Amino acid sequence: MGLFDRFKKGLQKSRTTLAERLGSVFRSRKLDESVYEEMEEAFIAADMGVETAMALVENVRTLARKKRIEQAEELPDLMVEAMSAMLSEADSDMNFAAEGPTLVLVVGVNGAGKTTTIGKLANYYLQQNKRVLLAAADTFRAAAIEQLLAWGERAGCDVVRHSQGADPAAVIYDAIQAGRSRNADIILCDTAGRLQNKTHLMAELAKIHKVAARELPGSPHEVLLVLDGTTGQNGLNQAKVFKEVVDVTGIVVTKLDGTAKGGIVVPIVHEQGIPVKWIGLGEQIDDLQPFDARAFAEAVCRP
Amino acid sequence: MLEGLSSSLQKAMGRLRGKGKLSEADVAEAMREVRLALLAADVNVKVVRDFVERVRERAVGQDVQKSLTPGQQVVRIVYEELTELMGGSQARIQMASKPPTVIMLVGLQGAGKTTAIAKLALSFRQHQHRPLMIAADVYRPAAIDQLHVLGKQVDIPVFDMGTDTSPVEIVRQGMQEAERQGADVVLVDTAGRLHIDEDLMAELDDIKSAVEPNEVLLVVDAMTGQDAVHVAETFHQRLEVTGVILTKLDGDARGGAALTVRAVTGCPIKYVGLGEKIEPLEPFHPDRLASRILGMGDVLSLIERAQERIDLEKAKEMEERMRSSTFSLNDFQEMFRQVRNLGPLDQVLKMIPGMNKLKGIENVDLNDKRFLRMDAIISSMTAAERLDPSVMNASRRRRIANGSGTTVREVNQLLNQFEQTQQMMKRMSGMGKKMGRRSAMNAIKSMGGLGALGGMKDASQLADLEESLTSKGTSHAPRQRHHRAKKKRK
Repeated sequence: MGLFDRFKKGLQKSRTTLAERLGSVFRSRKLDESVYEEMEEAFIAADMGVETAMALVENVRTLARKKRIEQAEELPDLMVEAMSAMLSEADSDMNFAAEGPTLVLVVGVNGAGKTTTIGKLANYYLQQNKRVLLAAADTFRAAAIEQLLAWGERAGCDVVRHSQGADPAAVIYDAIQAGRSRNADIILCDTAGRLQNKTHLMAELAKIHKVAARELPGSPHEVLLVLDGTTGQNGLNQAKVFKEVVDVTGIVVTKLDGTAKGGIVVPIVHEQGIPVKWIGLGEQIDDLQPFDARAFAEAVCRP
Repeated sequence: MLEGLSSSLQKAMGRLRGKGKLSEADVAEAMREVRLALLAADVNVKVVRDFVERVRERAVGQDVQKSLTPGQQVVRIVYEELTELMGGSQARIQMASKPPTVIMLVGLQGAGKTTAIAKLALSFRQHQHRPLMIAADVYRPAAIDQLHVLGKQVDIPVFDMGTDTSPVEIVRQGMQEAERQGADVVLVDTAGRLHIDEDLMAELDDIKSAVEPNEVLLVVDAMTGQDAVHVAETFHQRLEVTGVILTKLDGDARGGAALTVRAVTGCPIKYVGLGEKIEPLEPFHPDRLASRILGMGDVLSLIERAQERIDLEKAKEMEERMRSSTFSLNDFQEMFRQVRNLGPLDQVLKMIPGMNKLKGIENVDLNDKRFLRMDAIISSMTAAERLDPSVMNASRRRRIANGSGTTVREVNQLLNQFEQTQQMMKRMSGMGKKMGRRSAMNAIKSMGGLGALGGMKDASQLADLEESLTSKGTSHAPRQRHHRAKKKRK
C-alpha cells in the first residue's frame, strides 16, 4: 500500500465527516458568501479554531478570486492548496546528529500516546537497520516502565530503566552513557505525561532537557510533542508552553484513525511554526507514518 | 480551570453591565462574544448555536425584575442556561437495590480510565463500601500492572486473569470473586477503544450483558475537541451510557467537552478528575461550574473542602487567639498547615470569586514548596522566638537560616509577612462579628473575606455579588485580595 493510500485509509473517517459536510455545500452551487460561511463552520468543527478557520477561508477566497472561480464545486482543489500551503510553512524532516547517537525526547500531556509512539518509532528505525535504545524516563505513572519494556520486547530493542519514582534526568543520563558504549544510533526517551500548567512538572522537564544537552552536546536533536488527535483548542496551549520549556521541534499527532480530524495541527503549524513530523493512524506497530502536508490536506478536504 | 472561557465571557458581559437598558444590538454584540468564547472552549458548533439562540431570545424579551439591572439579568440568564446545559443539578451514582453495584468504565485510549477507576474505588471506600476492581484491559501493554500498582496504593483488591483470557470471561469470573469476597461495589476497567472499532465495541456489548452493570460511565478527557460529540453519541447509542467522568480538568483546558457531552447525549456528568494523584473523585456540580465560568468563583466547593479538611478544634483555638491578638508564629505555622490541607494553592485560589480577574494572577508563583520552606523556617526557631519575634537579632536570623536550609533574606521575608498578617488579624478580629461566626472559615479568612460569602446560593445573589465585586470595591473582600496578591509577588 502506497503512502498516500495509507494516509487516505487511515484518515477515512476524518475525510468522510468533513467531506460530508462540505459535499452538500459544493454541489452545483454558485460561489457566494453563504458557501464561505459554511466552510468556516466546517473548519471550526474540525478543531482548527476560529482564527485559523477564518484565515484559511480568506486564503481560499483570495485563490478563488485570482483564478476567477465561480462554481463551488471547484473549491476543494483550492482548499487543499490553501491548507497544504499552511501546513508546509515548517519543515517536516527529522533531524539527526552528524555523528554519535541521535537523542529524541518525547513529551506531552497525560494519555496522548507517548509510550505507544516510542514503541512505533523504535520499530520504524529498527526496520531501517538502525541501532535503537529506549529510555524509560516516565518514572511517575504506575506501570509506565513495564509498558515501555513490553514495547521494547515487541520491537526488539534494549530499554534503559530505573525503578518507579527515580529521577527521570538520571535515567536520561544513564541512557546516554549506555547509548555511547553500545554504539546506538538513536536514543528514544519516554517522559511522564504532564499537563502544561503544572509548573513543577515543566521544571522537571526543563531539567531533563538540560541534562541531555550537557551529557550529549547538540542533543536533544529532536523534541517531539505527542498530541492526541481528538484534542481541541487546548492543543495550541500545549504546543506553546512545551515549546517555551523544551523547544519542541516537531509534533506527533496520534489516534487519527477515529472520527477526530486532528485539525488542531493547522493552527499549531501556522501560529507556533512547529512542524508536524509523524502521524499515528492506528494501533498496529507500523501505523506511525511520516507526515506529508499535501497528502494530509488532500485526505481531509477532498469530497 | 475553565478560567479562559470565564474571562472572555466576563469581558462580553462587562460591556452590558453598565447599561440601564438593553437594545437588541447590545445583546447581539454580547452574544457574538459568547459564541466565540464557547467555540474557543471547544464547545460543539451546533450546541453553541442553540445556546446563543436560547440566551438571545430570553435576553431580548426579558421579563423585567426590579432588583436587577438588564445587564445583570443577562449574566443571570447565561448562568442559568449554562447550568441547564451542563445538566441541572448534581447527578449521583445509582446503587443496586441488591448488591453488588456494578460500574463499568469505557472510553477512548488515554482518556484516563484506569486512573479514574482507582479514584472512584477510593471514593466508595471512603463511604464505607467494599469495592473490587476488575482488570479487563487485556490489550494495552502493562494496563493490568498499572491497576495492580494503583490498587496496592489505595489498598483495594484487584481481580485479573492475565492477558490471555477474553475480557468477557474475566468479568464473569470477577463477579464470582466479588461474591466470594463480599464486595458490594464492582468496578470494571475496560480497554480504551475507538468508537468506530466494530469488534471492540461488540466486545463491550458482551461485557455489558455478562455483568449487567448499574452504571456505564463514559470517561472523557477535558481537552477533547469538537469530536467529543461523535464519541459520546456512539458510545451512548451502543451501550446506553448512564453518566460521564470528565478527567484532566486540572489542566488549563477550557473543558467545553463538559458542555457538549451533556447537551448531546443527555448523560449527566457525575464526576470530575483533577490530577494523577490518587485522591477521591470530586462529584460534578453543574451550578458551581457555571458560576465558576462566569468568574463568580466556586465558594461552595471551597467551603465544603474547608469543612472536610480543616481541624475544627484547632481552627477554633486559633480564632480565640486571633481575637485576643496573641497571634504568634506558632499559630502562623498552624495556619499554613491548615491552608495546605485544602489542596494545591492554585486550585484553592481559583475557587475564590473574582480571583481570576486579578491582573497577573497567572504569574504569581503559587508553588506549594514555599509553604514547606516557611514551615521549616518556623520550625528552626526556639519556642521563645516563636512567641515573641521581637527578640530576633542578626545572629539568631543567621542561625535560623542555617538550620532551615534557607537564607537570611527568606527568614526576613517570613518575619515581615508574619507582621503583616498579624496586623491584618487585628483588623479582622474587629470585623469578626459582622462576618458571622463560621469558625471553620477563620483559618482561611486571610485569603479573602470568605466568611461573608458563605451563605450564597442562588443565581440572583451571585449576580449581585458579581456586581459588588466589579463595582468600586465597597466590600472589604477585593481590597484584601489585592493586598495578598501584592505580597505574593514580592
